[in-house]
Amino acid sequence: MSEKESLKVIRLAHGAGGILQEELINFITQNISLKNINNGIGVGELDDGATIPLENYDKELIITSDGHTISPIFFPGGDLGQLSICGTVNDILMMGGKPIALTSCYIIEEGFELQKLDKIVNSFNKTAARANIAIIAGDTKVMPRGTLNEIIITTTGIGIRNKSIKIEDKNLKVGDKIILTGSIGDHGTALMATREGFDISTDLQSDIALLSPIIDSIKNEIQNNYVHSMKDPTRGGIAGALNDWAKKNNLSIHIEEEKIPIKRQVQAICDMLGLDPYNIACEGRALLAVDSNHSERILEKIKETKIGNEAEIIGVVKVDNPKNVLLKTIVGGTRYIDMPIGEPIPRIC
Amino acid sequence: MDIPNINILRSKKFTNKLLNSINNIINDIDRPVKFMHVCGTHEHTISKYGLRSILPSNIEIISGPGCPVCVCPAADIDKIIELAKKKDTIITTFGDMIRVPGTNISLAELKAKGADIRIIYGPNDAVKIAKENPKKEVIFFAIGFETTAPLIGYEIQSGPPSNFSVICAHKLIPAALELLISQSQLNLDGFISPGHVSAIIGLKPYNIFSQGYHIPNVITGFEPNDVLLAILLLLNEKKEKKYNVLNEYSRVVKPEGNLIAQEIISDVFDSISSPWRGIGRIYDGGLAIKEKYHEFDAEKKFEIEIEVSRDIPPGCSCHLIMIGKLKPNECKLFRKKCNPINPIGPCMISREGNCNIYYKYYKK
Repeated sequence: MSEKESLKVIRLAHGAGGILQEELINFITQNISLKNINNGIGVGELDDGATIPLENYDKELIITSDGHTISPIFFPGGDLGQLSICGTVNDILMMGGKPIALTSCYIIEEGFELQKLDKIVNSFNKTAARANIAIIAGDTKVMPRGTLNEIIITTTGIGIRNKSIKIEDKNLKVGDKIILTGSIGDHGTALMATREGFDISTDLQSDIALLSPIIDSIKNEIQNNYVHSMKDPTRGGIAGALNDWAKKNNLSIHIEEEKIPIKRQVQAICDMLGLDPYNIACEGRALLAVDSNHSERILEKIKETKIGNEAEIIGVVKVDNPKNVLLKTIVGGTRYIDMPIGEPIPRIC
Repeated sequence: MDIPNINILRSKKFTNKLLNSINNIINDIDRPVKFMHVCGTHEHTISKYGLRSILPSNIEIISGPGCPVCVCPAADIDKIIELAKKKDTIITTFGDMIRVPGTNISLAELKAKGADIRIIYGPNDAVKIAKENPKKEVIFFAIGFETTAPLIGYEIQSGPPSNFSVICAHKLIPAALELLISQSQLNLDGFISPGHVSAIIGLKPYNIFSQGYHIPNVITGFEPNDVLLAILLLLNEKKEKKYNVLNEYSRVVKPEGNLIAQEIISDVFDSISSPWRGIGRIYDGGLAIKEKYHEFDAEKKFEIEIEVSRDIPPGCSCHLIMIGKLKPNECKLFRKKCNPINPIGPCMISREGNCNIYYKYYKK
């Protein structure tokens, strides 16, 4: 049992991608006896997924597991079906892998309309086809009304990569440049605006996307190990992802606010609600830590893709202030970016 | 909805100009100065943009009692907790408020034990819940400053259903400022005054500071260059040995304030002597619902008995931090026993609290 005061009961904040989520994951994983196979990346690394190095073969499998839930299930720019595939595929891509196949489980609440299910299944299958990933097995469960909110989809994704690829969270190098592939906070803000009924949101859509075009554009750079690590800043936003890197590598990341693309509507909604866009989820963006000697070329390649055309080098990895993320603000001040703690909620005064 | 143009207010070019002028004028003044703001959102702006890191070191910006959640006394929370224990009762309030403990327990803990406590974004949501649940009593725990008071006042005026009532724990800012200057040895050189509150009350309530205490006052907006411009204006007052009430936030704040909102406040509420957490009772420091609306006043509607309350847990320095006498990192619990995951005092619990903000933006 956990003796931590903060883990007595599970709160929503334990799922929000911050410090409390780390506590929850540690609690769940602490007593697993076998945590990896053949010295591959295992559950202890808390990476996007795991690797299984194949003996007598120069490849390794990538395995990732995800539970997908969202409110509302149809949101501006996407739906739960698309989200489930994008989440799974992107996790494999972020480890430098090629997605091959996935299994899925639909857990559905009694009373859920077939028409809605049809839409979600359709979007799930179509997105999988676009990602060129096979759906090879699955399961369904129906739960009594009230025991679940509409529908949850869980997936396990399988990918493959060359053993020579070193990409993992712990692989940052001093001097690495940090590339962000597009504007932040679109997904979380669009959702929040829909839930709260802001009319400002009419043209704001989730950034949900398969990251495959970006990865395809830099395939050679990945093979050459010029890309040291990649992360998709979902829950916890870029604040969560950057802090995770800084911590796992015992290094600091210095980023510049003026380089970070933020849409005007996103900034306006965040300003009104007193939210920090750095903590807000993206579903179609990536952060890359790349070798500084090759960073400009990698950036140019990413910028040639449609979903990466706003990409920027937003910062650099340094030694001082280890385990911290520092921000040079738009007016020239410096401050820390902290690991988010719970669900972002609006301010009062 | 129009999106405000924030380009100038966040432009580095303008920031640099302001900083140049600030540096010149502080050299002329040739002694350290200390300004206080009294708004959680100002502290956010200052910390989030790293303004302290670019200001000259002899300008100190300290934070006053500007967090509405923090200043709400334990006694008021104890009252709402007693009400929350009643059958068929729904308690509604703003987000952070549910995490702040009363003397023994917080609303969040009571919620986990099964009480129906709901977080809402505005009092209109509370009235809506009352309409949807006619068989239950829906009580709104009203906290905040002059900014939120007209919203709840408007709902009371509009004739909410009879199963709706309010625990009114609203506080008033000017009275608290006056107490701060008259009692504590803060030696303030000026106030960075809250833009949102001033949009309601206008400039007049601040005259007492210029006339009675010779302290300049700048009503200030919430963008980084708003705050820097306010600092420049305050320095200028200092240099010229003036102490006016100036309005930097004129794009929002009218000199007379929002007359409709003021009318609502004076129709629905009386200003009363009111306790602030850790500070004590402040004359004219809070609002109570007027007799003519007593049917919506939960304190009149229900008999609430509470024991003696305790505002500040042992070891916690929130009462000194709230009045600017200590900085969060000078509290011996800060970052050690007290952190956002296991907070001890209200200033760490609320996202508008000084300790919470310091924890987030400043390090070690």
